Amino acid sequence: MSTPIASHAGRPAARATFDWLFVVAALLVVATFIRAIYFTPVEALQGPAQKIYYVHPPSAWVAFLAFGIVAVASIGYLWMKDLRLDRLAESSAEVGVVFTTITLMTGSLWGKPIWGTWWTWDARLTSTLFLWFIYVGYLILRGAIEEPGMRARYSAVLGILGSLLIPFIHLSVYLFRTLHPMPIIGKPSKPSLPNDMLETFLMAFFSFTVLYAALLRARYRLATDQAALEAEEGR
Amino acid sequence: MPDAFGAALLIARKDLAIEFRTRTAFFSAVVFALLAIVIFFFAWDPTAVAASDLAPGVLWVIFTFSGLLGLHRSFGVELADRALDGLLGAPVPRHAIYLGKAMANLVFVLAIEVIAVPAVALFYDMPLGGARGVAALAALLILAAIGLVAVGTLFAAMSVNTRLGELLLPMLSLPFFVPIVIPAAQTTARLLAGRPVAESIGWIKILLAFDLVFVAACTMAFPYTIED
Repeated sequence: MSTPIASHAGRPAARATFDWLFVVAALLVVATFIRAIYFTPVEALQGPAQKIYYVHPPSAWVAFLAFGIVAVASIGYLWMKDLRLDRLAESSAEVGVVFTTITLMTGSLWGKPIWGTWWTWDARLTSTLFLWFIYVGYLILRGAIEEPGMRARYSAVLGILGSLLIPFIHLSVYLFRTLHPMPIIGKPSKPSLPNDMLETFLMAFFSFTVLYAALLRARYRLATDQAALEAEEGR
Repeated sequence: MPDAFGAALLIARKDLAIEFRTRTAFFSAVVFALLAIVIFFFAWDPTAVAASDLAPGVLWVIFTFSGLLGLHRSFGVELADRALDGLLGAPVPRHAIYLGKAMANLVFVLAIEVIAVPAVALFYDMPLGGARGVAALAALLILAAIGLVAVGTLFAAMSVNTRLGELLLPMLSLPFFVPIVIPAAQTTARLLAGRPVAESIGWIKILLAFDLVFVAACTMAFPYTIED
């Protein structure tokens, strides 16, 4: 998994260009979509619109996973002061923002035919929108600081505070009002989803998670190369 | 602990003395608040929405934005002549610097409210509900101001050192003000409608929890923002 090149102050060009993990992830996602579109029954009430179910919740899951990793890497950075953890947080935040954007856009596309509106101030929509704002702010903060040590410390502080903020935002907008369906899989009784739909759904979760890992690794390598180049220029 | 608290009080006193003698930030924040109160009135159709229905929303939006004006100043003043280095060189714990700055900011934000709240009451025909209503609103303002200042002081310390400067402060802070503004505005609207406080207890609990969590978290995080 780890290339020896990254460790000795980087020669980016020397790295193999074939990203096998990304290829695997892309194949898995394509396979999931083929299964979702052609081999999974159409939902009786919503019709084809329900197919977005195999994109929307998995993206939201990946976004949460990504921001969770930002928080853990941020705590780790403040504790151990290892710049690799900072680069991990940076990479995960960027991938997380992409998946939050996908969640918001697919949610909007789904909301139009089913709820009859592109946007509504429902609790989970609003929380996701603020999640997006927090981590876009995080990326802007990173862009506004030159010095790597300071950038790492500041963004670690924001990465940790952001994760503390999420439950508060969720609670306050939830009390405001909500429209979303209650969970239908993670509930204590048996999941109320037909088996073939559930399998496609779980496959989507799996393939999106692999895609996250692939994007995270690619972005992390880029961050490592950038740091190596900056160090070379500074010399 | 009494030592750190004493140092924090000294720092707060220093900041307030600077502000009291120059009064620049305070006056501009007050004028901004009054202007915003007046301009907001024209953003709605007065025949469709009663001014008194708008009052809670206007009050809390202005509270947030005028608070931001004061927060940026609190570390902005330390940039001149590298005053911050002197502060960091002083034999006081880093937490004391944060607490001192936060206390001065709290006084600043509440002082703006002392002018802004009566102005909203006057221009929007807002019923304050007698002495009990005023007391409840004052308690709510203090709760909300503690959360706002806790987060805002930390982000102010961070944003003065970035290339974006004061632009960054609202961008970082505003998402954090959401769990302050929503409960505060909802509670205000209920209080003004003459509803019992018990009806808003859920909102007040959110505010209290926010204050506890973020005062603690920001105090712990602050030393990391001023390391050299």
